[in-house]
Amino acid sequence: CNKLDLVPTNDLTADKVYTSAAGYKQALAKVYGAFALTGNASVGQPDIPSEIIKDEGNSDFLRLYWNLQELTTDEAVWSWKNDAGIQGLHELSWSSINSIINGLYYRSFFQITLCNDFINQSSDDNLSKRGITGADADQVRKFRAEARFIRAYQYAVLMDIYGNPPLVTETTEIGGKDLPKQIQRKDLFVYVESELKAIENDLAAPKANEYGRADRAADWALLSRIYLNAEVYTGTARYTDAITYCNKITAAGYTLHGNYRELTIADNHLNTDENIFTINYDGTSTQNYGGTTYLMHGPAGVPADVSGSNGNWGGLRITQQFVNLFADKSGNTDTRAQFYMSGQNMEVNDLYTSTDGYSSTKYRNKTRSGGPAPHQDVAKDFSDIDFPLFRLGETYLTYAEAVLRGGSGGSLATALDYVNKLRTRAYNGSTAGNITSSALTTDFILDERGRELWYEAARRTDLIRFGKFTTAAYLWAWKGGVKAGTAVNSKYNLYPLPPTDLSANPNLRQNTGY
Amino acid sequence: GVVKSAPDNLGLPGVSVRLKGTNIATSTDGMGSFSIKIPAKAGILEFSSVGYQTREIPVSKTTILTVTLTEDAATLNDVVVVGYGTTRKQDLTGSVAVVGVKDFQKGNITTPEQMLSGKVSGVAITSNSGQPGSGSTIRIRGGSSLNASNDPLFVIDGVPLENGGVSGASNPLSFINPNDIETFTVLKDASAAAIYGARAANGVIIITTKKGLSDGLKVSFNSVNSISKIVKQLDVLSADQIRSIVNANGTTAQKAMLGSFNTNWQDLIYQDGISTDNNISISGGIKKLPYRLSIGYQNQSGILRTDQLEKKSAAFILNPRFFDNHLKVDLNLKGSMQKTRFANTSAIGGAVNFDPTQATYTNRADYNGYWEWLDPTSPTGLVNLVGRNPVGLLEQREDRAKPLRSIGNIQLDYQFHFLPELHANFNAGYDVASGKGTVYVDPNAAESILSKGVNNQYKTNRRNTVVDFYLNYIKEFKSIKSRIDATAGYSYNDYLTTQYFYPSFDAYGTKVPNSDPAFATNKPQYRLISYFGRLNYNYDERLLLTATVRRDGSSRFGPAYKYGVFPSVALAWTVKNESFLKDIKAISAMKLRASYGITGQQDGIDNYGYLSTYGLSTLNAQYQFGNSFYQMYRPSAYIANIKWEETATANIGLDFGLFDNRITGSLDVYQKKTSDLLNRIPQPAGTNFAATAVVNVGDMKNEGVELTLNFNPVKAKDFDWNFSFNATYNKNTITNLTVVPNDPNYAGFPSGTVAGGVGGQNAFINAVGGPKNTFNLFEQVYDQAGNPIEGVYVDQNGDGIISPGDFKKGKQADPKVFLGFSNNLSYKKWNLSFTLRANLGNYVYNNNFSQSGNLTQILGTAVILNGSPNYLTTNFKGQQLLSDYYVQNASFLRMDNLNLGYSFGQLFKSKANLQLTGSVQNVFVVTKYKGLDPEVASGVDNNIYPRPRVFSLGLNLNY
Repeated sequence: CNKLDLVPTNDLTADKVYTSAAGYKQALAKVYGAFALTGNASVGQPDIPSEIIKDEGNSDFLRLYWNLQELTTDEAVWSWKNDAGIQGLHELSWSSINSIINGLYYRSFFQITLCNDFINQSSDDNLSKRGITGADADQVRKFRAEARFIRAYQYAVLMDIYGNPPLVTETTEIGGKDLPKQIQRKDLFVYVESELKAIENDLAAPKANEYGRADRAADWALLSRIYLNAEVYTGTARYTDAITYCNKITAAGYTLHGNYRELTIADNHLNTDENIFTINYDGTSTQNYGGTTYLMHGPAGVPADVSGSNGNWGGLRITQQFVNLFADKSGNTDTRAQFYMSGQNMEVNDLYTSTDGYSSTKYRNKTRSGGPAPHQDVAKDFSDIDFPLFRLGETYLTYAEAVLRGGSGGSLATALDYVNKLRTRAYNGSTAGNITSSALTTDFILDERGRELWYEAARRTDLIRFGKFTTAAYLWAWKGGVKAGTAVNSKYNLYPLPPTDLSANPNLRQNTGY
Repeated sequence: GVVKSAPDNLGLPGVSVRLKGTNIATSTDGMGSFSIKIPAKAGILEFSSVGYQTREIPVSKTTILTVTLTEDAATLNDVVVVGYGTTRKQDLTGSVAVVGVKDFQKGNITTPEQMLSGKVSGVAITSNSGQPGSGSTIRIRGGSSLNASNDPLFVIDGVPLENGGVSGASNPLSFINPNDIETFTVLKDASAAAIYGARAANGVIIITTKKGLSDGLKVSFNSVNSISKIVKQLDVLSADQIRSIVNANGTTAQKAMLGSFNTNWQDLIYQDGISTDNNISISGGIKKLPYRLSIGYQNQSGILRTDQLEKKSAAFILNPRFFDNHLKVDLNLKGSMQKTRFANTSAIGGAVNFDPTQATYTNRADYNGYWEWLDPTSPTGLVNLVGRNPVGLLEQREDRAKPLRSIGNIQLDYQFHFLPELHANFNAGYDVASGKGTVYVDPNAAESILSKGVNNQYKTNRRNTVVDFYLNYIKEFKSIKSRIDATAGYSYNDYLTTQYFYPSFDAYGTKVPNSDPAFATNKPQYRLISYFGRLNYNYDERLLLTATVRRDGSSRFGPAYKYGVFPSVALAWTVKNESFLKDIKAISAMKLRASYGITGQQDGIDNYGYLSTYGLSTLNAQYQFGNSFYQMYRPSAYIANIKWEETATANIGLDFGLFDNRITGSLDVYQKKTSDLLNRIPQPAGTNFAATAVVNVGDMKNEGVELTLNFNPVKAKDFDWNFSFNATYNKNTITNLTVVPNDPNYAGFPSGTVAGGVGGQNAFINAVGGPKNTFNLFEQVYDQAGNPIEGVYVDQNGDGIISPGDFKKGKQADPKVFLGFSNNLSYKKWNLSFTLRANLGNYVYNNNFSQSGNLTQILGTAVILNGSPNYLTTNFKGQQLLSDYYVQNASFLRMDNLNLGYSFGQLFKSKANLQLTGSVQNVFVVTKYKGLDPEVASGVDNNIYPRPRVFSLGLNLNY
């Protein structure tokens, strides 16, 4: 009876969305937007259902990923003990029921599922069926390669965080009864590597794409990152490959941006010299309570006129062990030290006291000239700061570390040059901070990565690669739940899979120890 | 002669006695006596009175008549309104409860369901808050669903209501004027409810409204004026206690923040609520055209200042009969207009938490003079993320709504001239509503100082239509001692909502950038097309059979599951009519009933959940490529094979009457098994566009016993005493929750959000083997003195750390037993009645204690806050939200109301009678619960709008 066949007024079926290249582009905007936003509105239409994460502001990709990469390390602690998923993170004593740990998993898979659908909808078959040809079809094919890149990126995250997730691709039926199979970490490495290599030439040439969209350099940057960590993922080191892809990036004409403190501010989209791939935020058009809004508002004690917001959330602070990586904490010599100290004790005597530990002024919703963010909302809730997912600074350090760890295709001299370029910039153009080749050790690289890439969601991966995340080789305040820090079980090098997925998908087995 | 009422045989005053076809008429006096002169000494006398069946008695000589009138069909015992028709009470085979006017709860009743509270076994009604006109949570036999809807279906004069309100109105039933209601019929088991098929799993409540008279004129005026007083404020620390706690524990800076005032913020936001409720109804018949018109006006202010509800309602009914009663026409039109101001209820939480040592106002002009926490470095000039002055929150926000609603139907019932056993019934009805309102916040209000206030609007329209047609055939076959009553019909229901979306504006009317909605409107719609049939078979007034079947088609499901069939069958044995009981006088009635049937449930899910669609994002959620922003298309999760929940109900019941029906009652035992529960469960990651989706998975069981007893111990001329008692025991068990049945990996899903902290804390778990809403928290460890030790819990799994693996399942939030007791005592012109209600075995998580009974509450933020005096007991430094210490026994006994009435009897030459009633609502509560009120529908007690105690004086004048 057709009287019972009703369709929604505003929501469209696939055959209505994908009638033109413009429709594909709006679907692609969601594929990318799933990085930045919490849902289809500023608040109220979350991508991740409230059964997984109750507070929508905690459900975007960056905030979840950042928390798992930073709150578990010396770089960050959070004051609000009763916020969901917080307890146990910095103490390295989490269980498999944790809304931040479970949340990132579902966020990554949400984005992967969007990619899979987009890859299907943009198949050559579908394009010709829908009459999309010529330049339009070429454009959509580029979109499709980017969707594959985003999917590979998310699988790289899953490989790093959870190790052995299920594998779903464009051949997995959506809304059907298929139960995805689990893939082991080393096999997932092969999958991510092969995907990134397969799409390399389908992506736009470096710097040739629109701002915000992935190009070939992003692909190389991700390859160099997974190669640097390949030994952790697969047991086999791939430092030579890491150098190969670093070289491709540097050959493509990227240069360091002149001023370190301009890397994470409201008009950092102008830093096309250094940025390789960013997650984009806008105070008026891309509003949400995660992402760089969180990094701008979160740090405790920072006055509103410093962060360019309407006040701080009294949450994020830094352990004294990390602050001590800077000989001069004032930022007057090494400008990368951007700590807010007034009213804050340096020592984290109490994990959940907002005045214990210096806090960060690295993310400021201000322009280079110190003015307000150009698209700031009236209430000053939201950030305009784009998040650099890949930038040349990391490439330099990856190169140096891969050379030091025995990779070929590079030289120690170049490694030293790269490190000193970063330090010269950090010292405001002065070479006073430059080091000699004898000082260039892998341990130095770890500390230098800390200073250069802090609060950019790299720390946990770095500490694991250096064997310092769970062991007694490096202790920081409240590691293991004690003030002086203590070693913990090595199982914490991987996060657990959500029990909800173990139950929904009997093909999965939990990571060891959980 | 004298007119008496059946069954109590007392004289009936005010009965109109008329010589048929003439103007010669009189009415009975206070004792039911009358005399009338009949010119021709012959004719037919017509006796009529409201609520009684009209009788015609031929007279042919001077005589003294004794006429007995029985109470009218729709009101009471004889005929019971069931779905699509009526049935004789003696033919009932299912579990059906009827509550009529005389049994309603009295006093200051603002919404209809309050009249039913505590009156019917198996029906639990919990008002959601003390806010004027606020709704109630209604559960019949515990509810059959976990995640979808547990609300029963309401049918008003043949028009099924859609669950869920209209925007701007807090309760869908609040549109019905309680004074217009004649009966509630509660269909509890499947035999009774299955005629409503896919919407009946949570039971059905049928409401019929009062009708016109065949003759005469009757005017009734009703006025109730009330005052509501707050019974109890939430316990908070006093200003002096805060000063001593801060001076003992605070930093120098915190000590400096202390003020010297003693402000009781709760005193400043609460007031005595005043309400007036006036109704006038005129009913009568003009040239055989019976009509009833009623008009109501209600104006109520809440106990929270600025809460206001004004309601105007009108109901008009025409119920003419044509062709010698062969064609019955019923036209019902009801309309209601409300004007509401919703107080800013966040002021309640604000008043509880705000520093009592501070002043209410300052002499500055900023923030309209309200005292606020200041921070000169902030762009707002205010400390970020702390509460604002509660009086300011209340006074600077105006949230006004003007919802309208009209429900109406026309019903034609034609009894075929050539086949009087056959009726054709046609019913067409509508339910239209419009909810619109505005929210205004002063531009200088601290809560939105940067955005310069708010001036927004909202609007939702609904248009629901229903068309039913059925044939009903009733025939007695005397030779085989049989009676057949068969019904077959068709029903079409369409539910259309139109939501309007608007941009946001600041108080000056400047549009907030990027706040234009993606679409101006949205029109969600669903439709049901159904066929139904019912057969009642009565053998020798001893054996009864009822069989029903309904086939529902719903637009909410995909092609494979669009249609569902819902059958039921019931048998009853009227034991009293057997020869072995017939002569036993002590037993005046006895009937055994047994029924089984299947009902469905399709509420609480998306209209288009089976369809894959893409939604467009709003303008403030776009993504940037290059220099352009793109609105995003997001695919939504879909389950192609979603279908109804099904509940199979078995019911065994016994109805009985003893000692000339001085004691009547019924006992029911039931089991409800729900399968294919519509549960929101996690999807295997990567297989759908959302991590969770509503799918059919899981089973649940409700088992229970219900008992109703009515007593009429004294029945004399001047003294009448009735009381009734009902009891319900319900046991809920979740029996499966996973696709692979009873998967040990799946712990269940949490519910019961706990306030405090950001997201994710839940007090309950719904897990296999236990009842829904089972507490699942850490087991608190106590010291030798019996005080809880902060942060020390039992390590249930022995792994050395306290993690969610250590949660322990505890008590259940839902009551195991609920009881109702109603008493009615009349002595001469006085009447005393009251209703008592009790819930047993229910526990509440005291979120007010757990959230604010600790030192961090007071000193842990940028400012000083007030806290719960529970801190003085626990001495907790931080929040221990997940401790089972906060689970408290919330069993209670409550006197809902107490009424004292005095009837002046006949005034103005017997033309009118007047009654005055004084009543108190929410008279007392007996409980061990330590919070404000033990009756918390959600089981987690935070920030409830207190239920006031209401004193009212009512006047009822009938002419």
